[in-house]
Amino acid sequence: MTRVGDTVRFACPPGVEAWAAVGGKKEADGPLAAGFDLLFTDNRLGEETWEQAESTLQRHCAELLLQKADVTLPQIDLALGGDLQSQCTATAYTFRGLDVPFAGVYGACSTMAETLALAGCLTAGGAARRVLAMTSSHFCAAERQFRTPLNYGGKRTPTAQWTATGAGACLVSGRARPGQVRLTAAAFGRVRDPSVKDGTNMGGAMAPAAAETLYRFFLDNRCAPADYDGVYTGDLGIVGSELLARLLEGEGVDLADRHRDCGLLLYDRETQQTGAGGSGAGCAASVLAAHILPALQTGKMRRVLLVCTGALMSTTTLLQGESIPCVAHLVELTAPVD
Amino acid sequence: MKPDKEQYARLLKQVCPRSPLLRDFLWAFFVGGGICLLGEGVRAAWLAAGHTLSDAGALTSATLIAASGALTGLGWYQKLATRAGAGTLVPITGFANAVVSPAIEFRCEGLVTGVGARMFSIAGPVLVYGLLASAVWGVIWWLIRPWML
Repeated sequence: MTRVGDTVRFACPPGVEAWAAVGGKKEADGPLAAGFDLLFTDNRLGEETWEQAESTLQRHCAELLLQKADVTLPQIDLALGGDLQSQCTATAYTFRGLDVPFAGVYGACSTMAETLALAGCLTAGGAARRVLAMTSSHFCAAERQFRTPLNYGGKRTPTAQWTATGAGACLVSGRARPGQVRLTAAAFGRVRDPSVKDGTNMGGAMAPAAAETLYRFFLDNRCAPADYDGVYTGDLGIVGSELLARLLEGEGVDLADRHRDCGLLLYDRETQQTGAGGSGAGCAASVLAAHILPALQTGKMRRVLLVCTGALMSTTTLLQGESIPCVAHLVELTAPVD
Repeated sequence: MKPDKEQYARLLKQVCPRSPLLRDFLWAFFVGGGICLLGEGVRAAWLAAGHTLSDAGALTSATLIAASGALTGLGWYQKLATRAGAGTLVPITGFANAVVSPAIEFRCEGLVTGVGARMFSIAGPVLVYGLLASAVWGVIWWLIRPWML
């Protein structure tokens, strides 16, 4: 493990043993549906509350992951996970039923890249042999916490995004075996606050954080977007994606058509009416497991960057007139060596 | 890299899509107008049923509130509102929706701490400042009335 600037590069890269993606109804109607392991047509998942539904979503995701990896719980040294609910409860309640050491991680919508980066460092450093990294979000649980009741008749602004109902999980192990996707580098982002106070414009608030992390990564590693098959952002949406391109262009970095946004891949924005695109911790997590990792496994892509952005405000700070601080964490994923 | 805040605010303004105002206005006008027209129809019906003018007015409000509550419960009012905007927000049906939707939403947090406490979380400010405004106007009216008559 070496450090160059903000980048942690793994000399003996940890491997991504397995992954799983679980989604809800809108995700089932979206263009990536075929990549999901399990899709629910009822977003309640048979539970009493939306909060419980999100935990159940995670439970299914974790169980599928273990099944796919052919691993049992005692073989996992640590689980890292997070979600958007207050105090990270969706994840905490999931791990009531999974007997494994658990550390909650909160990075809002950046949590998937954050847990993956942490899992990489911990396994490469020998602190754990096998780490489960998982995040989720649920549209209904997020709406009632951050915005208005579901049945309230409000109009969305054109910059508003749609919180994904989904969970994604990866199993990261110490040293990548042949045939396993490799986690070759990671970078933890710095908090950036461009003074955006509009809680319905997350893409606008988060773009500078993503630009900062990417710019530093390219500078530290003396590489460029063209060296990658894809530079995936978590949930910048249509607004944030445009801003990211302009900000990087201003620094002389050409994204060279390599940029894709998970929030724009998960839904058909026009027909599914998801506003400026998908968002939420489960958005990047499920797109990673349903779309990006399978493409790396089959060799359709050789090397990608995943940059997940998180808006780190709360409903309280927004009401108090504070602006939205944001962060973006990055992982570099590389196709298996035979 | 750090674009300064003013520069970024300008960039944001350039990039962010704007609301399609004409389309929004038309939706709000016709749906809002439609709800008012419906109210007129209901009022005429109550009058035809033999109620006095003031009773028919109160019954009309009650009918619209009940209809909006039922439609909110079915999840239909919110579907119309995503297009109609102020057209569904401003009439009394919008106020009913603002009270009923949190009542349904927070039912799982208990009848007192959920429904009771959260029911007016959206409509509460309208009530507070509505009552305050009427009290202030009452005082003003009391002061200027001697000169008005």
